[in-house]
Amino acid sequence: MITSEWIHPSLLLIAGALVVPWLKGRVLQGWMVLLPLLVLAALALAQPGEYGQLAFLGMELVTGRVDQLAMVFGWVFGIVLLIGAIYALHVNDRVQHVAAFLYGASALGVVFAGDLITLYVFWELMVVTSVWLIWRRKTEVSFHAGFRYLIIHAVGGVMLLAGIILFQFETGTTRFDQIAADGPAFWLILAAFLINAAVPPLHAWLTDAYPEATVTGAVFMSALTTKTAVYTLIRGYPGTEMLVWLGAFMTLYGVTFAMLSNDIRRLLSYHIVSQVGYMVAGVGLGTALALSGSASHAFTHILYKALLFMGAGAVIHMTGRSKLSELGGLYRYMPWTFVLYLVGGVSISAFPLFSGYVSKTMIVEAAAVDGRAVIWLMLAVASAGTFLSTTLKLPYKTWLGEDSGLRPREAPWNMLLAMGIAAALCFLIGIFPGLLYALLPEPVDFNAYTMSVFLKEMQLLLFTGLAFCLLLKYVGGGPKISLDVDWLYRRGGPRLIESVGTAIVTTDRTVRRVALDQLTRITSHMERKHGRDGKLAKSWPTGSMAMWTAIVLAMLLTFGVYR
Amino acid sequence: MRLARFIEYLIARRSLLAVIALVLMAALVLVDIILPPAYTHFPWDAIGGFAAFFGFAACAALIFLARLLGEKLLYRDEDYYDDHE
Repeated sequence: MITSEWIHPSLLLIAGALVVPWLKGRVLQGWMVLLPLLVLAALALAQPGEYGQLAFLGMELVTGRVDQLAMVFGWVFGIVLLIGAIYALHVNDRVQHVAAFLYGASALGVVFAGDLITLYVFWELMVVTSVWLIWRRKTEVSFHAGFRYLIIHAVGGVMLLAGIILFQFETGTTRFDQIAADGPAFWLILAAFLINAAVPPLHAWLTDAYPEATVTGAVFMSALTTKTAVYTLIRGYPGTEMLVWLGAFMTLYGVTFAMLSNDIRRLLSYHIVSQVGYMVAGVGLGTALALSGSASHAFTHILYKALLFMGAGAVIHMTGRSKLSELGGLYRYMPWTFVLYLVGGVSISAFPLFSGYVSKTMIVEAAAVDGRAVIWLMLAVASAGTFLSTTLKLPYKTWLGEDSGLRPREAPWNMLLAMGIAAALCFLIGIFPGLLYALLPEPVDFNAYTMSVFLKEMQLLLFTGLAFCLLLKYVGGGPKISLDVDWLYRRGGPRLIESVGTAIVTTDRTVRRVALDQLTRITSHMERKHGRDGKLAKSWPTGSMAMWTAIVLAMLLTFGVYR
Repeated sequence: MRLARFIEYLIARRSLLAVIALVLMAALVLVDIILPPAYTHFPWDAIGGFAAFFGFAACAALIFLARLLGEKLLYRDEDYYDDHE
């Protein structure tokens, strides 16, 4: 797996993570920054090709396939590992650090997997490492949320494995390219990918668990799991018509439920669902422009979403509060967090000069070129909704708005540095999109900075802002939670079990009562016939017994005599 | 906290900023109406200011839709899930 021209970045990360438990203080901090830098160096040295072939149970495994699509995701995963590690430098919990690096290693392992078996192994490893980033919050709520996260992904993993086995039977290979099977193999693998991409109604694990993760862990989580799934969809299912509609539906589902969220990281989690919707729709469209759009949107999304999660996380870290209804007026105390968060906000909203603009418009344009009117309109509504809740409502209620009386200090330097790097990259990509486009597998025939794209986007966004300002008093909220699909297994499931349980108990009770009644009836019948006053018991007295004995003896005597 | 003071400075002049924003928005719509569309994939591409109208309508619709969904169907007290876990 290690040759002169190929050092598997996952192996490097796993080895590096295993050293972490023995380090502390400055050495640990230095190592946490150095390790992602080593990974980036390994990526820089990687040449296209296939490496690390293994024979396993008669199957040919390719543990390292380097091509441009894999490298797009490899690069951005490497960058976000560096940013996330800097953001977590102050954290004195080595379990989290090890989990984060192993989680990053697994995500990179999926991206560079040339076959489905290798992919499956890293896919599962991703789940068991990332769950610790939830559990290390060490609250009752996060413990349960982590278990639900684990269970849902376990179900997805079983579907993936079943799909891979059927795929191997059907096609005789486990190579991972476009999934050229039909029947159950196609659908099982797709379903597993869609669970990780958080496509409603299979998305609730994300919006349930991410807000309960640790402040620093959520940054890695927001970047890796869903985008690995987007990578597998681009590779395995380009041009699947169903995905166009699922993706567009996702964008709207996410923005609508984000409006109902009071927890700041839950609001942002719904916007992961929404943004991944753009990528899924792009995969479904399947044209070169759309696939380039999906890949580049995944790249920009990881950076601005990490930035948003870091900003929200900094607020939680400094104030200990995470609800919009308990925050407000923080701009005087955390101005840098505010401004850096806003850079993430304008990036996700696709303002010109910021990263989302150069990738999202590509997917929207691909829908237009394809003549998909309804899809285009759905995506446009989602654009308005994204700006509305991530960049208007959340910052307004957190940093401006009514003063909450909180007087926190500004976030620590390492958090601000990590956010600064992410913000700088969002800006850099927005100004020089060519840097990003050069990484893509296909040459990009698209320019976001034309008058017509610019005019449409600016009008859409600014008038969304106008509507927000005018309708501010109608924007709901307050100390409430909103139900989602997770209700089915948090309340619906237990309730179903409860009612089935009740049904069993009542049936059991009825059966027992009926049986008991029967028995009582039989015994009382016996009592009546054979009891003290029963007809058949009248001849019971001892006297009658003596008489009968006498009769028998008399008969014996009589017959005996005659003999 | 120089940055905080700068933000305060901006907030103090928010009505001026609002006027600037409104002028900018009007200019955008005007340019969109005057400029012939570069291409027309859809019928509305030819209508100047469509995106502005659409953005406003979408935002308003989302605000009211979310509110309706929340209040009629989805909002629960914060301790809703507590007793079951």
